Amino acid sequence: MSDKLVPKIKKEAKAVEDQILKKKKPTMKFPVRSLANVRYVEKAGYFEIRGMKKERTLTVNTVKTFAQTLRMMSLSKTLVETDDIATKREAYYVSKNWGDARFLEQTESDTVMDDVEALFEVNREQMGFAPEEKGGDVSGALVVVDKDPDTGKKIRIDCTQFGSGAYSIPISVEHLQFETKAKFILVIETAGMFQRLVKHGYWKKANCILVSMGGVPTRACRRFIRRLADDMKIPVYVFVDGDPYGISNIYRTFKVGSGNAAHINEFFCVPQARFLGITPQDILDYKLPTHPLKEVDVKRAKDAIKNDPFFKHHKSWAKAMEHLVSMGVRAEQQALAAHGLNYVIDEYLPQKIAHPERFLP
Amino acid sequence: MSGAAAKKVTAGGRRAAAKPAATGKARKATPKVVRLTAADMAEKQREISVSEFFTKNRHLLGFDSPAKALLTTVKEAVDNALDACEEAGILPDLLLEIQEVSETRYRVAVQDNGPGIVKAQVPKIFGQLLYGSKFHRLRQSRGQQGIGISAAAMYGQLTTGRPITVVSKPGPKKPAHRFDIQIDTRRNTPVVVADHEVEWIPEHGTRLELEIEATYKKGRHSVDGYIEQTAIANPHASLTYVDPKGERSEYPRVAHELPKPPQEIKPHPHGVELGILLKMLHDTKAKNLRGFLTGEFSRVSPAAADEIAKTAMLPPTYAPHKAARDQAESLYKAIQATKLMAPPSNVLSPIGEELLLEGLRKQVDAKFFAATSRSPAVYRGNPFCVEAALAYGGEGMPGDELITMLRFANRVPLLYQQSACAVTKSVVQTNWKAYGLQQSRGALPTGPIVLMVHIASVWVPFTSESKESVASYPEIMKEIKLALQDVGRKLGIFIRRGIREADEEKKRSYIEKYIPHIGIALQEILKISDKERDKVCATLKTTLERSRT
Ligand SMILES: Nc1ncnc2c1ncn2[C@@H]1O[C@H](COP(=O)(O)OP(=O)(O)OP(=O)(O)O)[C@@H](O)[C@H]1O
Ligand SMILES: [Mg+2]
Repeated sequence: MSDKLVPKIKKEAKAVEDQILKKKKPTMKFPVRSLANVRYVEKAGYFEIRGMKKERTLTVNTVKTFAQTLRMMSLSKTLVETDDIATKREAYYVSKNWGDARFLEQTESDTVMDDVEALFEVNREQMGFAPEEKGGDVSGALVVVDKDPDTGKKIRIDCTQFGSGAYSIPISVEHLQFETKAKFILVIETAGMFQRLVKHGYWKKANCILVSMGGVPTRACRRFIRRLADDMKIPVYVFVDGDPYGISNIYRTFKVGSGNAAHINEFFCVPQARFLGITPQDILDYKLPTHPLKEVDVKRAKDAIKNDPFFKHHKSWAKAMEHLVSMGVRAEQQALAAHGLNYVIDEYLPQKIAHPERFLP
Repeated sequence: MSGAAAKKVTAGGRRAAAKPAATGKARKATPKVVRLTAADMAEKQREISVSEFFTKNRHLLGFDSPAKALLTTVKEAVDNALDACEEAGILPDLLLEIQEVSETRYRVAVQDNGPGIVKAQVPKIFGQLLYGSKFHRLRQSRGQQGIGISAAAMYGQLTTGRPITVVSKPGPKKPAHRFDIQIDTRRNTPVVVADHEVEWIPEHGTRLELEIEATYKKGRHSVDGYIEQTAIANPHASLTYVDPKGERSEYPRVAHELPKPPQEIKPHPHGVELGILLKMLHDTKAKNLRGFLTGEFSRVSPAAADEIAKTAMLPPTYAPHKAARDQAESLYKAIQATKLMAPPSNVLSPIGEELLLEGLRKQVDAKFFAATSRSPAVYRGNPFCVEAALAYGGEGMPGDELITMLRFANRVPLLYQQSACAVTKSVVQTNWKAYGLQQSRGALPTGPIVLMVHIASVWVPFTSESKESVASYPEIMKEIKLALQDVGRKLGIFIRRGIREADEEKKRSYIEKYIPHIGIALQEILKISDKERDKVCATLKTTLERSRT
């Protein structure tokens, strides 16, 4: 796809030049990056972009952003052509050479980068921009086959051999291959819970692969799990906090993607994911200690029920969310420790894993 | 203030207010009420000396603090000097010197090139309160009460024991006289301590010197501010000011002609109160009511006089001095009920739009000036006229503070009691947001502005004898607001144009800044030549500059 990017950039730039020379105010059309511009197609498994575009015309008021967008495109082209990469932060610093057109905050350069990415319907890794954040941690019954960056020789990485540590998912995962006999992949929200399961060798007992997301999963993490699950044909179970953020932001993004990066959801979602817990019903069944929902939680939940195509599609999810709101409480993964530190390993997970058909979609 | 100094008052007047000892629900310990008899009271009733009255009421006359005392003294002397010059048709040349005697004592000298004062008048003018030439007439002038300069002399005498010194020369061929005058504070009469003929070079004029207890401060509410503002409102005067530090400031003349002399008018019947009417009826030389009404008032024709008499059910031939309270009252009511022509209005001498602008320009460095001079209007039978001017956007004017307001009455700056003044109230009640300024509720607007408002009248209704703020007659407020709206509109146009120009400027600079980067990016991506790149930039620039957005 990246070999197609350079011609795309050139084509867009040429169009701008032509309009200018025709004494017109040039325009560029960007896909709208929001939930309003996605549709949930269950068969495809992810949020599909609906094709709404916003037109940006070069005027006195937009001339600065326009200049920055073009310069960002130029930077991307150079990166791809020289097979180099820059992190988002580095790109922001590169702009400091642009004089008046420089970005004042990284959030400005991030936005322009997202616009360019959406414009060409590629992901930023393909544009030569690398995310800062690491992809996530992996432990368990899995061998990852990678290549030595210098020699190109195959390297087999055995994820059972990291002791109390873990294998770290790289920024780019397209070239990886997998070997595993694991029965499922358990994707975990918090590093704390991941640590506990690793330390007590849960993956051995359950014959599974453990992945820690550390909050909203990075694109690399999502792509890694997607490829692993597709290639090895194993189910994916997600274990997050029982609150609107864990459900609507972390799980939903993981499974079907986001509105903001709709143009790349297709590659960066894990449609086969199922929701293990913590469900609103778990809070009652397991008598978990809770915290009251904050105003933002309630707002997030109601917003999801009302506007999120995923929740609008899955009635069971809408009901679960409503249930949570009516209880007015939330429970963290680690609340299970109230019944003993290893309760999660000895009781909760086994009971849950025994009935995957009961998982929320 | 008329006659107050000599009034008799009963010191025991509170008695009438004392209630009889509590009847029904008597308290345990009723405080003993000391009852005075009429004889007791008679012992306490006596004439109050002017000095006692003055000491107790110095705030009414503007001598309530040492800093204000200095300003009031200067003001009374300068006002008189300007009045005298104008009345004599002389372009005023004034010299003001203030010397520090000690930290709490100053010597003030004011010298003018006016007509001088005849020898016989000098003692009374400076040594007797309520003696003057302006009280009994209706004519636009700075002084109107006959109290100003003698009050300053009294203040100096009370605080330093020193007499006022006056040198005056009534003409080139007449000798100059130098007087030291004290006030007999018990009897309110002048005592001439010294009287010499002296050599004096100027052809005519007056110089007075007095020593007072005072403190000197800089700033807008001080003598410095007063002089500066006097220069603004009196562009036909030349002022020289030597301050206590010995620094000399010159305020040269901007207008080389005297303002049109104001004219004296008779009172308009609609502005006369019952008490005054009664007094006028008794004092008049007119033999009959018709003659009285047409002769003592303005705008009463014989026909109007007959109509008034008829309404009052008195014959036009009625002898005025026979009128008792009843007759006066029905006459008063008849006057109010009769339609009369408004008083003559061309008797005033406003500063005028042009000189308002020039006076302001001379003292304030600003980007924009506007002025308006309204035609005369009437309150309570007195013609008056409002003028306003403003300066906007000067170097040293802060944009985020309340505007600076300068108030004037008959060309005299008013420095105290700003919030009690009709001018301030009118400014606050005007919607300045409509003219592009910021303004919080009930406050002056904010912005880099010096706003000047001048009220000229044959009788300015001050709220007190210290002549610091103008009373809020609805007619006056209305005229002030109309004047403010007029200069406000002019300002609004300027500000909006300024905003438009700033937008244009921003647009230009935006285009200049960012278009080159579009050129650079396109060149990098499309590998075009420098020449092609420059063509792209130039074309885009004209396209954008031509468009409105
Ligand atoms: N410098 C002067 N030259 C000529 N005449 C003067 C001068 N100063 C004062 N006079 C005369 O003395 C009179 C009394 O002055 P004074 O200041 O006491 O009262 P006023 O000016 O009439 O009223 P106000 O009390 O309002 O000031 C004036 O009316 C004026 O006729
Ligand atoms: Mg006076």
